[in-house]
Amino acid sequence: MKIAVCVSHVPDTATKIKIANDARNIDPIGVSFILNPYDEFAIEEALKTKEKVGGEVIVLSVGPDTNKETIRKALAMGVDEGVHLKYDSYLDSFGVAKALADEIKNIGAELVFMGKQSVDYDNGIVGSLTAAMLNFSVITVCVTFDINGNEIRAEREIEGGREVVQTTLPAVITTQKGLNDPRYASLKGIMTAKKKVIAEKSITADPNRVELVTLKSPQPKNPGRIIGTDASAVPELVRLLKEEAKVI
Amino acid sequence: MSNIILVYLEQREGFIKKGSFEAVSKAIEIAPLLGAEVNALVIGDSINNSDSLKKYGLNKVTFYKNSELQNYSSSAYAKIIADAVKSVNANYLIMSNTALGKDLAPLVSVALNAGLVVDAVSLEIENGDLTITRPIYAGKALESVSITTNIKVVSLRPNVFKAIENEVPEIEISTIEVTDPDLSNRVVELKKSEGKLDVAEADIIVSGGRGLKGPEHFGLIENLAKSLNAAVGASRAVVDAGWRPHREQVGQTGKTVTPTLYIACGISGAIQHLAGMSSSKYIVAINKDKDAPIFSVADYGIAGDLFEILPVLTEEIKKVKA
Repeated sequence: MKIAVCVSHVPDTATKIKIANDARNIDPIGVSFILNPYDEFAIEEALKTKEKVGGEVIVLSVGPDTNKETIRKALAMGVDEGVHLKYDSYLDSFGVAKALADEIKNIGAELVFMGKQSVDYDNGIVGSLTAAMLNFSVITVCVTFDINGNEIRAEREIEGGREVVQTTLPAVITTQKGLNDPRYASLKGIMTAKKKVIAEKSITADPNRVELVTLKSPQPKNPGRIIGTDASAVPELVRLLKEEAKVI
Repeated sequence: MSNIILVYLEQREGFIKKGSFEAVSKAIEIAPLLGAEVNALVIGDSINNSDSLKKYGLNKVTFYKNSELQNYSSSAYAKIIADAVKSVNANYLIMSNTALGKDLAPLVSVALNAGLVVDAVSLEIENGDLTITRPIYAGKALESVSITTNIKVVSLRPNVFKAIENEVPEIEISTIEVTDPDLSNRVVELKKSEGKLDVAEADIIVSGGRGLKGPEHFGLIENLAKSLNAAVGASRAVVDAGWRPHREQVGQTGKTVTPTLYIACGISGAIQHLAGMSSSKYIVAINKDKDAPIFSVADYGIAGDLFEILPVLTEEIKKVKA
């Protein structure tokens, strides 16, 4: 079976985000980029599934040339092939999903994994959009995944618990922390990944359905006060919570 | 020409969720600015709190009923909602950005060729045009966006907008029996974490970090949480160390939360954690290190030993609550 895994290239979560002067981009100075953390679980699950049912894993990523670094990281973890869907300007989630859906159709993958959301734009919708465009089934935010022939059973996280979802291939699965422990790239994997040729394709995008108006920084919080250094400050804290904040 | 805002009401085990009423209130508030009328729909088998529909000001609700649809089925729900939008010619579909809403909204927008913006924290209308603001980078920045398609789908972050009581005298509930729903993707079982409040929905959260020194000391956090009827949260460090389950993790690779009160205990405040909780209404920090970054976002802080402070705080809260 051909399995696709879709990854994004995002600012490290430890990075401070500064808005650029154009108010449409973040200031790239001092920002290091990483493989989206939730996509690591997607890569691991794709590799585990391949080990179970056989086949081939192909990694896809939409974005500028720098995304190749992240594609290489997936290759180093053991993914067979990489496809870079090159696009340099602002693309909404629908544009990303359309590019992925077209390529998934092209390679004939029946099972697709991706992280439940990218930690940059935090939409968490590309998985479902891609599935809907392909007419695939979708299970989002999975913390367990099991495939048996054509049948898929997965547990997804919801408020206060989990729901067990059943569906069939073809399907898109979006992955949540807790699903598995992503493997580290081996030295051999890193060496092999360096030699692999990443296929590059340009995409043609539809007009954006969502247009960016402006980016801004959140209102900084007013600095609070330290009301004490031991348990003797507790009555004052409780009074403030009750009388000033009125939250208890 | 009149516009229609359709609100999707989410039921879980027969109860319409608070987030859905927040969506109703926001829809009613913006309707006059868009020259629109508000309709709503709900999917399921039975609704236990249908009185609330009138209470929050709805006068037209369609109930899509089928015994197989009490539990969520993304394939069936998406089709029903897309058909409902088409049948009333709605230009706006609004829902709450819950676990179910996150799964469902994109499926509906593809079926409708509609643009979608999720997790909105503010909606502004100027000359009939809607601009939506939402947090990105887990709240380290905000983006304002507009939707270019004729039909617009928007989901609202829970706990941000107020559900406002606004009783109307009459409500028209029409029931449509759904025949032969598409159950190709469906929930077959619900597993609840017994008796545990979820950080994503709680009004108050008490979170613990490395300062607790070991999983065996989380009883201090649980006791304080219990006295406040709060959810227990955790920092990434203690989740990665295996002390607490991932569902409790607050921060950039956990949950972004906006409770009324957030109490951080023994959490120094890594940037990823601050991003996930700093939009809480009130923040209390208890930490030994007075220079810890958590104090930069805290309204009230005690720079001291949590092992000494937490038991006293729990007792004081119990007294106030008694």
